[in-house]
Amino acid sequence: MTTFNVNGRTVRVTAEPDKPLLWVLREDLGLPGTKFGCGMALCGACTVHLDGSAVRSCVTPLAAVEGKRVITIEGLGRGGRLHPVQEAFIEQDVPQCGYCQCGQIMSAAALLARQKSPTDADIDAAMSGNICRCGTYQRIRAAIKQAAGRMGQGA
Amino acid sequence: MRPRPSRREFLATTAVSGGILLGFRVPALGQPAATGAAVTGDFAPNAFIRISRQNVVTILVGKAEMGQGVYTSLPMLIAEELEVDLAKVKVAAAPVDRAYGHPQFGMQFTGGSQSVGSEWDRLRRAGATAREMLLTAAAETWRVDRATLRAEDGRVLGPGGRSLTYGQLVAKARTVPVPSDVPLKDPSQFKIIGKPTRRLDSRAKVTGTATFGIDATVPGMLVALVARPPVFGGAVKQVKDARARAIRGVKQVVGVPSGVAVVADSFWAAKKGRDALEIEWDIPPASRVDSDALVAEYTRLAQTPGVKVRREGDVDAALATAARRLSAEYDMPYLAHAPMEPLNCLVRIAGDRCEIWTGTQFQTVDQANAARAAGVKPEQVEINTLFLGGGFGRRATPGSDFVVEAVHVAKAAGAPVKTMWTREDDLRGGYYRPIWHSTISAALDVSGTPVAWKHTIVGQSIVEGTPFAGLIKQGVDETSVEGAADLAYTVPAIAVDLHSPRSVVPVLWWRSVGHTHTGFVVESFIDELAHAAGKDPYQFRRELLTSRPRHLGVLDLAAQKAGWGTPLPANRARGIAVHFSFGSWCAQVAEVSVTGHAIRVHRVVCAIDCGRAINPETIRAQMEGGIVFGLSAALYGQITLRDGRVQQTNFHDYPVLRMDAMPQVEVHIVPSTEKPSGIGEPGTPLMAAALGNALFALTGRRIRSLPLVRHGFESA
Repeated sequence: MTTFNVNGRTVRVTAEPDKPLLWVLREDLGLPGTKFGCGMALCGACTVHLDGSAVRSCVTPLAAVEGKRVITIEGLGRGGRLHPVQEAFIEQDVPQCGYCQCGQIMSAAALLARQKSPTDADIDAAMSGNICRCGTYQRIRAAIKQAAGRMGQGA
Repeated sequence: MRPRPSRREFLATTAVSGGILLGFRVPALGQPAATGAAVTGDFAPNAFIRISRQNVVTILVGKAEMGQGVYTSLPMLIAEELEVDLAKVKVAAAPVDRAYGHPQFGMQFTGGSQSVGSEWDRLRRAGATAREMLLTAAAETWRVDRATLRAEDGRVLGPGGRSLTYGQLVAKARTVPVPSDVPLKDPSQFKIIGKPTRRLDSRAKVTGTATFGIDATVPGMLVALVARPPVFGGAVKQVKDARARAIRGVKQVVGVPSGVAVVADSFWAAKKGRDALEIEWDIPPASRVDSDALVAEYTRLAQTPGVKVRREGDVDAALATAARRLSAEYDMPYLAHAPMEPLNCLVRIAGDRCEIWTGTQFQTVDQANAARAAGVKPEQVEINTLFLGGGFGRRATPGSDFVVEAVHVAKAAGAPVKTMWTREDDLRGGYYRPIWHSTISAALDVSGTPVAWKHTIVGQSIVEGTPFAGLIKQGVDETSVEGAADLAYTVPAIAVDLHSPRSVVPVLWWRSVGHTHTGFVVESFIDELAHAAGKDPYQFRRELLTSRPRHLGVLDLAAQKAGWGTPLPANRARGIAVHFSFGSWCAQVAEVSVTGHAIRVHRVVCAIDCGRAINPETIRAQMEGGIVFGLSAALYGQITLRDGRVQQTNFHDYPVLRMDAMPQVEVHIVPSTEKPSGIGEPGTPLMAAALGNALFALTGRRIRSLPLVRHGFESA
């Protein structure tokens, strides 16, 4: 039995301790927004926040999250409102197929939580672990800057 | 030149002759699809529109949404004529039904960059039909002259400020006969078409609520992974599954035609179970493919006469006597599509009913193939098309590989099963863009003008041995030579030949299909000729395209916006390319620098002429995406085989473009009132050529094979 907090709710999971958090979220907890892309922390589709840091849930065993706090895309917004990064992704018309987008947004939100106005180099460093085959990178960059601007204004 | 059918005609022919494809005639707007409008009391004037008494307008889209924006652009066509607020419209995936078949070809599919172009008339008519019926319903309700009414923002407005919502008119509209001829708006009256419009599916996609194939579940569902042979054409000889069966969560180990399936209560258990299988494989000699050996074989083959694709003038005489002659060999590797969502397919078989949940580009084909595998009739197969986490052609297999396999697994397991693929399964599973070789020669006269062009193409046919083999006419698979056989440049003597060697390696259309190689080869070699003639590559192209106004339109626009000919920072150069594909004209200028071995593409300026722009925002996005797709392939893309084994496994050895290598992309759309044409694919074929041409301008080194990492380059 592993006990941890997901999106503000305490959960107890009986899955095997080596089962990756990705599959625990998707299969045991009914949170499919976190996506499987590579299983090797190479693509970032499975990115979630673990105690505030972006991690790849496909290589994070369940045992490693005991007692910790996990935020997934389903829990990123606050009080029924979207996170500013999610809003900016909509306004910049970022998604194409959409499959990588939740992972991209989780990486971007973690970046903005620690850096209020990231430079292009900061964005490259924080976001290059997230692959988008549809090629939405330019719009992701614009959305991150837009969200940074909004958050800076306390919006 | 013998007349060659266009790609469209080819597909049409295939639809009739291809065996499993349906040669039926699609009803004009289709009957209301079988989703119970009669029961719910909705107004369903045709297969595409449903309006409820609660005033909810639902638009059913028969195309797959795989990122290209059809869940926005196709509803725009209907909403324009229906006079409804696009933001209030509900968009839903249509079932598989002949009503949603391609207006010319019958089958329901998503590909060939055809969605908007092929639906342009039909969906506007669908919207206008509903609008006219609602107007009639209001006229009858109010007992007024219909001519005094107008439709606006989901309402019918009448004299004296009268107004009824469409929802209020549903009951009456259901009794109005469907008109056969309806007026369409004059384009000057368009309020939605042509306006940059944000995607309707973004909210679902940024909140994790969009349901992709991988997210599908049904009660009692199990999950399977399939162990497939390590080589193409291999087979299971012997299986020891005791260790696999001992894994907690593993329910069954079943044999299927494609390999051995481990069926479990979760992905993780299925994966552990598959890892624990001990399988002895039968590996026939023909399966021991070596991709380098294939390239060498193709190069030799190109020295022999192939099937004649095009003949104009006396090429050999011109080559023999011209002032100057150039020859080159170009090679391109197998490529995987690598969509972000690995393949998956959920199948539930109950009695004579087979239900499928997946992301597919090929509903009609999959329905027929699944029916055969399940032992039921096609109409007993229900396909629920979910969002596709990328398609790029991989989810359009003539043999429905991932669907048929999943049907076999569910059948063998006797339970609903979602068969899933890992990234490794995806990259090693075949259905690659073929290896392509080109041997190409040209002659220039004393003024540097091309007088002969001889192009021999070697590569596997995508359609041979499939139900689409009807695409092969007189030995020529149109998809092998598109973009080369229709060379746009004016050259008096042209010869194009084709060799189509066979291999056990399965190949498939990959975003922009034949243009992936012909765009690179033609646009690189024309650049070679320009430099040999001592002419500016942009001006050289212009001189040879004087009879091609739409080529010139995009070429000039891209050159102008890119500042062609203006000074650049030190160690930076531009490369240009122009190409026609999928009914659209595209030109790109790449700005590139090289530091040591590190290549950096700084900027790509893209001009696109795709006829009337329906959603300029989507056009820009598709150009950006097509450019990134082409750039990934140009820089790193290659699937190689040694002793039959695919050497790549995951994104570390099959790299794709990431944020840190993303160039600045600028898209310029040529204003046009012509019929809308493709945007999903035309952005892809030029990138490698524009990049290679810039590299030549910068370094004097001509890139004649891809990817660039094979030349010692890396991405900066």
